[in-house]
Amino acid sequence: MSVKHLLGIKYLKESDIQLIFETADHFKEVINRSIKKVPSLRDITIANIFFENSTRTRLSFELAEKRLSADVVNFSAAQSSVKKGETLIDTVNNILSMKVDMVVMRHPNPGAGIFLSKHVKASIVNAGDGAHEHPTQALLDSYSIREKLGDVAGKNVVIVGDILHSRVALSNIFALQLQGANVKVCGPKTLIPKHIESLGVAVETNLRKALNWCDVANMLRIQNERLDISYFPTTREYTQQFGVSKALLNGLDKEIVIMHPGPINRGVEITSDVADSKQSIILNQVENGVAIRMAVIYLLASKIK
Amino acid sequence: MSQKVLLSSKEINIILHRLACQLLENHLDFKNTVLIGIQPRGIFLASRLAKILKEDYGVKNIDLGFLDITFYRDDFRRGDKTLEANKTKIDFLVEDKKVVFVDDVLYTGRSIRAALTAIQSFGRPLEIELLTLIDRRFSRHLPIQPNYRGRQVDAINGEKVKVMWKENDGEDVIYLVKT
Repeated sequence: MSVKHLLGIKYLKESDIQLIFETADHFKEVINRSIKKVPSLRDITIANIFFENSTRTRLSFELAEKRLSADVVNFSAAQSSVKKGETLIDTVNNILSMKVDMVVMRHPNPGAGIFLSKHVKASIVNAGDGAHEHPTQALLDSYSIREKLGDVAGKNVVIVGDILHSRVALSNIFALQLQGANVKVCGPKTLIPKHIESLGVAVETNLRKALNWCDVANMLRIQNERLDISYFPTTREYTQQFGVSKALLNGLDKEIVIMHPGPINRGVEITSDVADSKQSIILNQVENGVAIRMAVIYLLASKIK
Repeated sequence: MSQKVLLSSKEINIILHRLACQLLENHLDFKNTVLIGIQPRGIFLASRLAKILKEDYGVKNIDLGFLDITFYRDDFRRGDKTLEANKTKIDFLVEDKKVVFVDDVLYTGRSIRAALTAIQSFGRPLEIELLTLIDRRFSRHLPIQPNYRGRQVDAINGEKVKVMWKENDGEDVIYLVKT
């Protein structure tokens, strides 16, 4: 790996992604054994610091760490001294004085991981920083595409939904482009960032056209908790224009792959029959998430001296 | 750097047949025995032995697996290079089976130590034996000795034993390399 921290896909090279994928292949074999654990990281301690809610990501990281035999401490902002006014650096340095080697952090502010990496000694893994990046999600998304379609290069991928508030979208755009895929975004104009074309991403506001173009559709959730103003009239109208139903998929010329980073709002961005259909690889994504996070942690931990 | 031939293709072939016969003597029909090649280099030897046993000695079926020990090694974070893994392929349970580990060179014994831990993820074997083509005497760090040995070599620490296989390197030959 060319990096000491995983702060964003932006800082990775294509060769890093390939190394992570190859390593994840081995870990996927490990987690499908009856004994799903290897002793590699038995002398490493990892702190999972979550300043924002998460179920899947946190569980996935914790399982990955435990299956590598690392010692794990969990910390969530709701029960912490952050509420008492402690700064981020102080909080983390206090944790590190208890001999922690690696920090997995989710934070509502973009760039929090980058800031931290400049001020503390431990390796930092960004588990989501505001609307900026969510690198492990993008890695597991690409890994799932590679597993399903054989390769990421040359594939057409459309990301549908709330692009404006989505760290998953940005990390996915970087990761997909690095591997040579073509990326479009699709959603209400109000939820597409201005100047997104400057990233080399095409914008499509007609969902049917976007689906007809793509091999893979990554459906994002409407992040109601981040919508400070009204970006579209009603949820029902959003669903009519940007929700994927079985009828819509059946009307396409080809069978496309449906992905979703979770949590799903069934009946909003995708209907239940789509989420549970053969075309959907949503649960494969979750399984792959553990293997990818094991690979990332293993590769970063190998640099800790 | 200089290298001399330790064993030629002809000598290797004789040794492989002898090792196959020794295995046969102890395991007969291989009904309850599995061969496990240790990644990355033990898999060529294990595959070759399995082939000889089948083609030349009429053993009908041999369970052959490849075990990667990377995640069980004791030198993680101790070198400059990240340890990169290889594929583990064991399509059977080793529970109550006789396991024969197969590796090309036995040196410090640490790989075999790791393999002993790694195999536990696939069940509790009845017993484990070790077969090695080259046994480097005088360099063991652990109390591990082979049950089947191709050739014993007295190599000093600055020397390296390089085992080449036809299917991977173009020819069967073993070199002693001085660096």
